Amino acid sequence: MSETIGLILLIVGMLFDLFGCIGLVRLPDIYNRLQAATKCVTLGTCMILIGLFAMTGISSAGIKAVLCAVFVLLTSPVAAHALARAAYRAGIRLWDGSVVDRYAEITRKKETES
Amino acid sequence: MSQAFWTWPSIIMIVLLFSGFLCLYRIGKGPTAPDRTVAIDILGTLMVGFCAILTWTTGKDFYMNIGITWALLSFIGTIALAKYLEGRDFDE
Repeated sequence: MSETIGLILLIVGMLFDLFGCIGLVRLPDIYNRLQAATKCVTLGTCMILIGLFAMTGISSAGIKAVLCAVFVLLTSPVAAHALARAAYRAGIRLWDGSVVDRYAEITRKKETES
Repeated sequence: MSQAFWTWPSIIMIVLLFSGFLCLYRIGKGPTAPDRTVAIDILGTLMVGFCAILTWTTGKDFYMNIGITWALLSFIGTIALAKYLEGRDFDE
């Protein structure tokens, strides 16, 4: 039973990883690529690690897999956020088809207030 | 070849390696430096999953140590590269 649950989690995680990397190649902009790739690959890798835990149970490899899943889940959004802000501050333009730029609005409002 | 090749572990490994090659395409082509940094970060996260599959197929748990170390070093490297990219055009 736990073998089946683990195998289903592994396959779904594999599909999330594949779709995230297709989004990394196909999307037009650094910010679009960042959000597609980071969300999909974080969820997919966490699903693979939880699937490994479901297969092996409470063992050395299973405990390490849960530890690694918690670590990836905590650190990947932080890295993506730092990278997006660094890209914006380095002066990389948004895609031409973008409709809203909240960061520019907020910085402009702060400049007018101060 | 007496053993079957198209089993689930080998299929998952092949798909993860294909995703890794898509990341390598983005690293090679990416027009700006943050594109390449994103692709390197994603490649590190993919390889953590690959280490998990290796742990499952071989039954040896030290591959999971490699995965934890890879995730940690990928995070530190991404933060360092983000700081470097931010400081390049720092007018304030």
